[in-house]
Amino acid sequence: MATEPLGILDLLSPYPPGWGGTLLVGAASTIAISAGAFLIGILLGTAGALGKLSGNRLLGLLLNVYTTAIRAIPELILIVGLYYAGMDGLNALLAGLNLPAIEVNGFVVAVAVLGFVQGAYMTEVLRGAILAIPVGQIDAAKAFGMGPMLRLRRVILPALLPNALPGLANLWMSVTKDSALVAVVGYQELALATRLAGASTKHYFIFFLASALLYLALTLVSNIVFDLIERHVRRGQPKLG
Amino acid sequence: MTFSWIASYWSLLSAGAVQTLLLLVISVIFGFVLAIGLAFAQVSGGTMARCLARGYCTFFRGTPLLIQLWLFYYGIGSLLPLIPGLRQSLFWPILREGFFFAAVSFTLNYAAYEAEVLRGALLAVPKGELEAGRAFGMRPFTLVRRIWLPRAIRIALPTIAGEIVMQLKATPLAFTVTVMDLYAVASKVRQDTLLVYEPLIVVTIFYLILTAIIAFAFRLLEAQVPSRR
Repeated sequence: MATEPLGILDLLSPYPPGWGGTLLVGAASTIAISAGAFLIGILLGTAGALGKLSGNRLLGLLLNVYTTAIRAIPELILIVGLYYAGMDGLNALLAGLNLPAIEVNGFVVAVAVLGFVQGAYMTEVLRGAILAIPVGQIDAAKAFGMGPMLRLRRVILPALLPNALPGLANLWMSVTKDSALVAVVGYQELALATRLAGASTKHYFIFFLASALLYLALTLVSNIVFDLIERHVRRGQPKLG
Repeated sequence: MTFSWIASYWSLLSAGAVQTLLLLVISVIFGFVLAIGLAFAQVSGGTMARCLARGYCTFFRGTPLLIQLWLFYYGIGSLLPLIPGLRQSLFWPILREGFFFAAVSFTLNYAAYEAEVLRGALLAVPKGELEAGRAFGMRPFTLVRRIWLPRAIRIALPTIAGEIVMQLKATPLAFTVTVMDLYAVASKVRQDTLLVYEPLIVVTIFYLILTAIIAFAFRLLEAQVPSRR
């Protein structure tokens, strides 16, 4: 490292020997991991919610085990456990198909594991949101002769979003923060990038404060975006409170 | 699945469980006290106190606990020896430990979340009850101690149970700052015996049992006060 002492601005500059660039790349991968996990979560959650509402006893039982287990076990243990289980499972599958074992990209693992965790929470959020749609609205759509797809697009989704949005916003905030845990299994995102920057310059305090502020900025911007979306999907509804 | 390692690791496992429990109890108790102050600052404080409390909650709720933990352990931990005389002082053996930093950051983090819960609950106490208290001539402090706070805690009780479980689920993070908690013991077992899943399963069962106990305790607590629903 540089022999002369570096100022705060030098340390955080985006170009070497500053570490700002490393932090920003880390922040970008944090957002990418979170977005990927959030999307997988929505898919799993939709499937889970429809499965729970389908009334199939066996399916309902399986989904209950899924959502209860994921919500009861500490995130860190889930992430570490699923990381190993996912790797082992994939390699066992490949071995079964007589294919050579592969080393999976850390990004894919992080997204898959966090997405699987998000799916359990999403299942509950979406199930509640679907149940909160007044039955009369769906009956009315049926009475007008709407087909299932048209009904989904015109009635169920617009009626569901205002109910689901606060929960979805919470889950987005929690996945951006949970993605920091991926640092523990060694994939480089913002948290790990910060630790590297701190370890090689010994200016731990500055870097952790900087990355905390990056996370905070992400949260605050997300808040604004979700508020705007909520205002849009609630248009025409009476104001609460 | 082999669980024969449990016998030889039993003392380590129970010591780890004690560390986990200690972290939980310390952070919940101190965090709750701090949260009461933060909630009142937001509900009935002046502009300055209100802004500070809001900023505190936003910061601690908007950043990952892992980053806060590392900010305290690596960041403040690396600045502490610069304070003259601290290294020789009585407190150094405590301030050197990862446990201290874990306890402090978990407490501050828990306080931020709990303050939000309490703020809502304080606002949810029916105005008439507070007015009745004032009409009886209660001073502000008596009003808070006898009516406002107990009623708010009663209202927030189910949410508090949820927050404590969330806090319990956050405790394994302490292993990243060299605290020998239950999870750290599990990863030590993994390194020694190359068993991946068994230690994680044992730790998970511990957490599930603890969650069940917390839920049960709060059900008893809630049953203490009859409520009309």
